[in-house]
Amino acid sequence: MAERYKVDKDLVRMEIVDFTFPQKEYKTSRHDTVLPYNWALGPTWTKFFDGLKEGKIFGTRCKKCNKILVPARTFCPSCYEDMEEWVELPQEGSIETWCLVNYKYYGQVKEPPYIIGQIRLDKADCSLTHFIGGFDLSDPDKVRKKMKTVSRVKAVWSKEKHADIYDIAYFKPV
Amino acid sequence: MGRAVAVIGTGQTKHGRRDDLSYPDLVREAVKKAFEDAGITPKDVDGVVYGSMPSMMEGVAYNHFYFADALRTVGKPLFRTETCGSTGQSVAHTAIHWVASGMADIVLVVASEKEHEGDAQATMMTILEPFLMVTIGGAPVAFSLQSREWMGYYHIDEDKAREAASIVSVDSHDGGLNNPLAHIRVKLTKEDVSKAPIITYPVRLYDVCPVSDGACAVIFASEEKAKKICKKPAWVKGIGFRGEEYFIGDSSKAVWQSTIEASKEAYKEAGITNPLKELDVAEVYNPFSYQELMFLECLGLCPPGEAPDYVIKGTFSPGGELPCDPSGGVLCCNPIGAAGLIRVAEAALQVTGKAGEHQVEGAKLALSHAMGGAMQFNGITILGSEL
Ligand SMILES: [Zn+2]
Repeated sequence: MAERYKVDKDLVRMEIVDFTFPQKEYKTSRHDTVLPYNWALGPTWTKFFDGLKEGKIFGTRCKKCNKILVPARTFCPSCYEDMEEWVELPQEGSIETWCLVNYKYYGQVKEPPYIIGQIRLDKADCSLTHFIGGFDLSDPDKVRKKMKTVSRVKAVWSKEKHADIYDIAYFKPV
Repeated sequence: MGRAVAVIGTGQTKHGRRDDLSYPDLVREAVKKAFEDAGITPKDVDGVVYGSMPSMMEGVAYNHFYFADALRTVGKPLFRTETCGSTGQSVAHTAIHWVASGMADIVLVVASEKEHEGDAQATMMTILEPFLMVTIGGAPVAFSLQSREWMGYYHIDEDKAREAASIVSVDSHDGGLNNPLAHIRVKLTKEDVSKAPIITYPVRLYDVCPVSDGACAVIFASEEKAKKICKKPAWVKGIGFRGEEYFIGDSSKAVWQSTIEASKEAYKEAGITNPLKELDVAEVYNPFSYQELMFLECLGLCPPGEAPDYVIKGTFSPGGELPCDPSGGVLCCNPIGAAGLIRVAEAALQVTGKAGEHQVEGAKLALSHAMGGAMQFNGITILGSEL
């Protein structure tokens, strides 16, 4: 990430290296705001991501409505109850929806084309947003035909894990 | 809902790529027009409401401070309201609540975006936290996922959905040609749309809104003031707004409860029981043509799963039973923060007969709508020519 910015020492500010704006009619004033953040994940998401590093997908169960949600939650969005019961979920599930991303935009974590899907893991009561892959994505028409035959997918793990959402590389058709 | 409220004036900028002026000057262009339209001066205004997309869009954290002078808010209270794409509806609702409550008589509402100041898509990437919801921030991704979920849920044939989405795009672009303020003004055929480059399959280039600069200002007034000041006010008949859970996967987006419930609330308040029959025109928020299909269903304008059939038979086309987005809609112009308020302004123009070339003949009752967040919010405002 750091190599994307250069520090303008005279002005003591950062500029994004790999981004240029088109010319405008009148004078413009360029200023890139590069802000550092360090989000607290709290005990629930820490445990969820630690689980991914171990190759396990954890959800939590609501003691009131019994729903299992993934990513694990601290509290149930509908009942507002604490969700303290941890459940390891199967690594297979069904595709609820998907889309093939075929354009580039700033901040993408992956070179297009790639597929983003909503995957309902077995036992879960919601779907998880993640990549679908493991086959040739270069021809949209072929992808469309292939995806017509796919309903079940299975997690494929990254070789190197960092206790983050990308520890799952993608979900592949089974 | 409290006291009756009316729109007494609207103003919009020429939308598009507005490198010719600074951001405060863009806001001023809309504000000036709204005051001229209403025939009042800033001293008549009790308060100002402003909204836009997240500040990162243009890089000034409190852009309503930056616009204080352009908003004519010096010496007045100023509210900021924002709900992403539905900001335009939210700012209108803030003013409507303010006037309906009796705490203010005249409120100026302004919303704007100047997307060419920054990288709009990069800002979209900051709307969701980046560690749980996998790079879904790109708007075409979120709404293509939703469109496909809808198609899958109702087993809608892909080719039929494609044809209907193409009709939506062609109709909107025809509307844009009739609207001198629209950003995109181009004649398209169904083939142009269905053969355009793929953005996020099945969504193609002309299924997607542009990146626009633009501002919109709307002035709301109490019944007493409106009757005194305005020859032909547009009366607020009903409003509705609903939010949803943060995680996209927690609820169905094919049967989109926030659209359904927000519109039901607005219809109930407006005394509308058969919206397709009773409404004369609808300004549906349509940044994506496929998404409009789903909205038509969730707004109760046709039965669930049947939007493509209704669109193909012309129900929502110009001259149809309920013309949608005669202004060109969001597909022809999307200064995001302003886009929902432009829908309100367009509804007001329609029911007061001031829409010019894109006027729907004799329109008396109009729906305006916007959605926001990663499929999280929906807002509706219904305006009518009669109190
Ligand atoms: Zn619960």
